[in-house]
Amino acid sequence: MCSFECFLSADVFNHPLLPLVNHCVSQLLMFSLISSFQMQFMLLFSRQGKLRLQKWYVPLSDKEKKKITRELVQTVLARKPKMCSFLEWRDLKIVYKRYASLYFCCAIEDQDNELITLEIIHRYVELLDKYFGSVCELDIIFNFEKAYFILDEFLLGGEAQETSKKNVLKAIEQADLLQEEWRTPPLTENYYT
Amino acid sequence: MHHTAMSPSVPLQEMIRAIRSARTQCEERGVIQRECAAIRAQFRQSDNGGRSHNLAKLLYVHMLGYPAHFGQMECVRMIASPRYSEKRVGYLGAMMLLDEKQDASLLITNSIKNDLSHSNQYVQSLALCTLACMGSAEMCRDLAPEIDRLLRASNSYIKKKAALCAVHIVRKVHDLGELFTPAARSLLAEKNHGVLHGAVVLITELCERNQETLERFRKTVPDLVQIMKGLVISGYSPEHDVAGISDPFLQVRILRLLRILGRNNEGASDAMNDLLAQVATNTDSTKTVGNAVLYETVLTVLHIKSESGLRVLAVNILGRFLLNNDRNIRYIAMISLQKIVGTDHNAVQRHRGTIVDCLKDQDASVKRRALDLSLALVSASNVRSMMKELLLFLSSCPPELRAQAASGIFNAAERYAPSQRWHIDTILHVLTTAGGDVRDETVPNLIQLITNASELHCYTVHKLYRALLTDISQQSLVQVACWCIGEYGDLLLRGECQETEPVQVTEDDVLDALETVLQSHMSSPATRGFALTATMKLRTPLSLTANTDRIQSIVSIYGSCIDVELQQRAVEYNALFRKYDHMRAAVLERMPVIEKNSPGHTNGESTGEPIKDIQTLKVKQGEPLLPQQPANQVLTLTQMHVV
Repeated sequence: MCSFECFLSADVFNHPLLPLVNHCVSQLLMFSLISSFQMQFMLLFSRQGKLRLQKWYVPLSDKEKKKITRELVQTVLARKPKMCSFLEWRDLKIVYKRYASLYFCCAIEDQDNELITLEIIHRYVELLDKYFGSVCELDIIFNFEKAYFILDEFLLGGEAQETSKKNVLKAIEQADLLQEEWRTPPLTENYYT
Repeated sequence: MHHTAMSPSVPLQEMIRAIRSARTQCEERGVIQRECAAIRAQFRQSDNGGRSHNLAKLLYVHMLGYPAHFGQMECVRMIASPRYSEKRVGYLGAMMLLDEKQDASLLITNSIKNDLSHSNQYVQSLALCTLACMGSAEMCRDLAPEIDRLLRASNSYIKKKAALCAVHIVRKVHDLGELFTPAARSLLAEKNHGVLHGAVVLITELCERNQETLERFRKTVPDLVQIMKGLVISGYSPEHDVAGISDPFLQVRILRLLRILGRNNEGASDAMNDLLAQVATNTDSTKTVGNAVLYETVLTVLHIKSESGLRVLAVNILGRFLLNNDRNIRYIAMISLQKIVGTDHNAVQRHRGTIVDCLKDQDASVKRRALDLSLALVSASNVRSMMKELLLFLSSCPPELRAQAASGIFNAAERYAPSQRWHIDTILHVLTTAGGDVRDETVPNLIQLITNASELHCYTVHKLYRALLTDISQQSLVQVACWCIGEYGDLLLRGECQETEPVQVTEDDVLDALETVLQSHMSSPATRGFALTATMKLRTPLSLTANTDRIQSIVSIYGSCIDVELQQRAVEYNALFRKYDHMRAAVLERMPVIEKNSPGHTNGESTGEPIKDIQTLKVKQGEPLLPQQPANQVLTLTQMHVV
């Protein structure tokens, strides 16, 4: 059996994220020097360094994003388990946390509160968990667009838009139902008020 | 898979499976190329009901790192579609593939504008989200009035999003802050947490950008205090509860806004004093979430004009954080303490013991912070005990921190040394432990210090001689040792010393030591220079002819050394032997005390001034022979070339 197949059949992808909470939260890096409270981006990646989600809240070219991602993933993966969840990288703060086989990594700015960022990450994981039912990395791989939809219902422009778990999930549910209706005729012509 | 409200995209998942079953990178590239070709072809076709699946596939491929710019126009088309499923993926695509730097992003401005007025709130939501994520300054200017309208007249679901969208707009185009100020003010009266949160974030942004706006919003402090009180005291609210804390996200945001409003303003700070004390005392600190709120509270207390009792309370919270089992909390505590060690020095001093303990923490970042803080806490009264800890730390600290630690120790020693002997001992200790990590100017600085401590010359040369016998690998130490032996060799040979156990050395022993340094492969050229000159200087105290010859032979060997510097010295010294022996004594006389030329330099007294870098004294061994010396009792070699 070649190594790739071993990799694919590894049990790791089936581990639910939440029961295996690990306190490694990387601080988010802050690239914008204008505002001092802003989440600049969030990255999700596996222990092998594969990117599973990337949400950027600051304008950067594709090349810059790739470079940042590569360097940051390397830096975080090199951290030992007993280390702090926060690190300073360039002029940003990185908050990271590992849930089973996935690293959740946020870049925040100088004045931001690292501890509440940990809570934001945790809230996002809880939302994924509720939505997928005991979410694991495979869910996020095969339903990546939904992971984005959920994130976009929780954070807007890098800030939390809804602090009630219930409300976020309700909104996603409603939006999903709306999407299912695509087989019916499209929304009416006079939909602009 | 698992139960979801929405059925999975089969075409997308099939493609993902196909990609994942590729055994090599090359195979994966092949699969992706085929898929992309198919996607491209599909894009060119007219509406076939599978457009959203195709774009989703492309976005997946993009996330793997493959180019996907050919999908940009498809995003634009999908966003304009009347179907929600297509809009949803289209907007997602826009956020992933189009950033404000792309021209294509302008093409979606009109769609966004239309969708902001859509009758379905989920469509409005897509537009708001996209604008807040990647809206360019131009788009923001264009759509700001729409956002303002939504801030005033829509349901909670939209209002909360509009508020955050406004935040993005203000970040992009600062002037537009004025537009949103009235609406932001009235949003504070809302009950919905999402809207309140958005409002607080918006107001914070507006206040940070504009001083006038900030002053106007100071009036809202009582309202904010009320809202916070409601959250802190209110009964269990399951919807917003996180481990017993009611809506910690909102609490943190309000605390942050209060910080900005209370900064430099007594009135506002007074108005929030009681509340902050209440939050600081009543918040449960057993979980991270409670500590997150406490942390924000501490930050606020320390940045506003709070009364001293409250400040002490805040610093004590940080002190408690230092004892927390959670490493993250300890790290946070140290960062915060570092920031206030200047302004609240005494309060931080109370936690010195705990901070020093953190020098032993496993985590390098915690260690680094502990080092910074410990150095900042050294004072005249605690210097002896602190230095013990710091020297202990130096002997086992991670390599990347050694230079910083050594440098910090030197600075602290210089500022607060209780005695010259202690000072010299401390420097020698550092050189022995971390000699390779000290800055170049350490050697001349130490030499300067030694010349100034005349009663300790005997003690110093003894200590250094012993150190030299043990280890000749630390260059800085060896250089200083050689210099001292050359300078105070007579004291060494005398065999008596008050301050320390004297060594019984013969002249041969001393010359052996210097020759070992000269011949060792570990010695740098500069070190050899020191050793050579020291050997030369010993000519004066050494009386036996046998050793005079030995010295002369050592020196002549280096007359043909490859290193030009050494060669030159050797030749010059040889000249002293052969032709100018009558001048030798004067030339190689004891060095005068080297003047310290840096201000703020103390020895035992603390002036409280910041330490300025000591000017590097270029004390090359050749310099006593040059005219720049202040107490110039020697002639230059050129001067000696008197016919």
